Amino acid sequence: MSEHATRDRGRASMPTYLGMPPFPEAAGKAVADTRLRGNLAHATGTIRDRRLSAVAELDDWDALREAGKQIKDHTLEHLDHYLLLLEEKITAAGGTVHWARDAAEANRIVADLVRATGHTEVVKVKSMATQEIGLNEALAEEGITAYETDLAELIVQLGDDRPSHILVPAIHRNRAEIRDIFRSRMPDAPADLSDSPAELAEAARRHLRAKFLSAKVAVSGVNFAVAETGTLVVLESEGNGRMCLTLPETLISVMGIEKVLPTWQDLEVFLQLLPRSSTAERMNPYTSTWTGVTPGDGPRDFHLVLLDNGRTDTLADQVGRQALRCIRCSACLNVCPVYARAGGHAYGSPYPGPIGAILSPQIRGIGSPVDASLPYASSLCGACFEACPVAIDIPEVLVHLRAEAVEEGPKHPLVGTAMAAAGWTLRSPRRLALAQRLASASRRLVGRRGQIRRLPGPLRAWTDSRDAPAPPPESFRAWWKRTNGGRS
Amino acid sequence: MSSAREEILGRVGRILGPGRTPAATAYTAIERPYLRRHHEDGVLDLFAERTADYRATVHRVDPADLPGAVARALTGSRYAVPGGLPAEWLAEVDPARLAHDPGIGELDGLDGVVTGCAVAIAETGTIVLDHGPGQGRRALTLVPDYHLIVVTADQVAPDVPEALERLDPARPLTFISGPSATSDIELNRVEGVHGPRTLEVILTVRSP
Ligand code: SF4
Repeated sequence: MSEHATRDRGRASMPTYLGMPPFPEAAGKAVADTRLRGNLAHATGTIRDRRLSAVAELDDWDALREAGKQIKDHTLEHLDHYLLLLEEKITAAGGTVHWARDAAEANRIVADLVRATGHTEVVKVKSMATQEIGLNEALAEEGITAYETDLAELIVQLGDDRPSHILVPAIHRNRAEIRDIFRSRMPDAPADLSDSPAELAEAARRHLRAKFLSAKVAVSGVNFAVAETGTLVVLESEGNGRMCLTLPETLISVMGIEKVLPTWQDLEVFLQLLPRSSTAERMNPYTSTWTGVTPGDGPRDFHLVLLDNGRTDTLADQVGRQALRCIRCSACLNVCPVYARAGGHAYGSPYPGPIGAILSPQIRGIGSPVDASLPYASSLCGACFEACPVAIDIPEVLVHLRAEAVEEGPKHPLVGTAMAAAGWTLRSPRRLALAQRLASASRRLVGRRGQIRRLPGPLRAWTDSRDAPAPPPESFRAWWKRTNGGRS
Repeated sequence: MSSAREEILGRVGRILGPGRTPAATAYTAIERPYLRRHHEDGVLDLFAERTADYRATVHRVDPADLPGAVARALTGSRYAVPGGLPAEWLAEVDPARLAHDPGIGELDGLDGVVTGCAVAIAETGTIVLDHGPGQGRRALTLVPDYHLIVVTADQVAPDVPEALERLDPARPLTFISGPSATSDIELNRVEGVHGPRTLEVILTVRSP
């Protein structure tokens, strides 16, 4: 915890990737990597268009989005009530509920549960919460091996790499790179493996099949937990989720306390919002729901670990709280011009992109240079807010956190001359906002072909001569109106 | 030191404060201005079309022709069948080719599995299993590479809200929308990873 932090904070920790420089520095390196930028531009470009049509197909999208927002806000306002109800229902259905204040406590609980089974291997289905707490590393220290079973997680794990996207952690890899990783790191990969996606998927299927059939313990995340029924919900595509949730004898699920929903009916909103926002599908291939244990079908032993790790601190912040509505769809990453150039690694956290820029500093506290710089990892163009299925006003939270970063952050959080020069402006959120809006609007900034020559303020150092697309003018006007011309 | 549970609940309680409207009362104030269904007519056609969009094969047959349609679909040598599957569905299939509720070890060597379902959703092309009679425990429809599902017309709900109303959350549920797929390579959908790579659906509709 930072000595500059003034608020009373709970215990929270999340890996800051080792030696991670603050955002502008890391982003500068990524922007110079043309292959990475090409891979990202290709993948995010594809999904952006498809998401728009998946969303346009429903006439009532705005109504669904509003309902999603209200359900989440209501749940947060009564979080203690719903957590207790969830615990009661899961316990009644034969499951066991554990509570963890921070990452270390959650890791301890999971490691002890695995050890109690007498096994030293677990299969895992992709989960942001377990990445946030660094579970795989913690288990490794206890002599327990965790096998990631999502294709993208497998690519990351085999390549000794870091995730760079919340939905597709290997988004920074193209098919040829994936083939190379499989050929060199996957013992049973065919020598003549091509880079056709179908062949790559087939290789992963063969590689993991025996693991699934022999696995005794699985670890999963959770997309939603229904308090009134004690039902947990996992959405996925490949079937590895179903394998992990069904075949092993023991299932341990880790979920952030904000994932709870009041009723079964509430799922009718989120099962429409999430697939269309994340993979741009009407529905993802597989969704599994389970309530405690079912005799004769699936795991005999089920444990749920409820994780705080900075979430109650986030709840305490009236403006920042809305970040807890997030359903981890990744739409905000895919539409973000800064993410498309900088890539996910620059954010120095398992949560990259616009949501990472508001979530990581809140979960970890603004105590490190990387967290103090994250609220600046945005041009405030508003595309993330428009795409967000639960209407999180990410620009609003960013501006709010910038003020905190200046108040509470480390003495020299902002690296580079551009940032130092901006010091006076940064000390006042009002001046900062105004300066940035003026900068965005100026002719010097936006070139004739609608390309940004320089991102405002601290980001200038790495946008010089880069070709980020200009923020859409509608969003700018919306922002201007909402903030009373940058004055509020 | 207080327990994690007390500490977390205590913090949440202090942050949110006393004097809140009871949760049950506040819940009723949530506005739900969205539609209960997006299509009124042509629900069965919509279901067939949307399921086929995921590259599943969809056949539409009269209930009287179901045994023939099942027999034509099963071109491999051996298939898993769950207990409680109506015997007449398999009337034209040689019983020697059927394995009744096989163990997990046996599943990987079979050509596929035949089941019914609990509910289907037209708008999204989704089929939901509740793993009751005729559907088998969850592993049965997961390990084999081919899944044939029979859906009857009355099981098709127009949209997500009505489908959820018809389901019992106390049962384990599996929502299936097309064959196993991944978006993990360059964010494009590719069929076939760990679940069944071929999904075939027979929709029975009484001819007018
Ligand atoms: S902030 Fe919104 S758009 Fe971004 S991942 Fe979360 S829910 Fe999706």
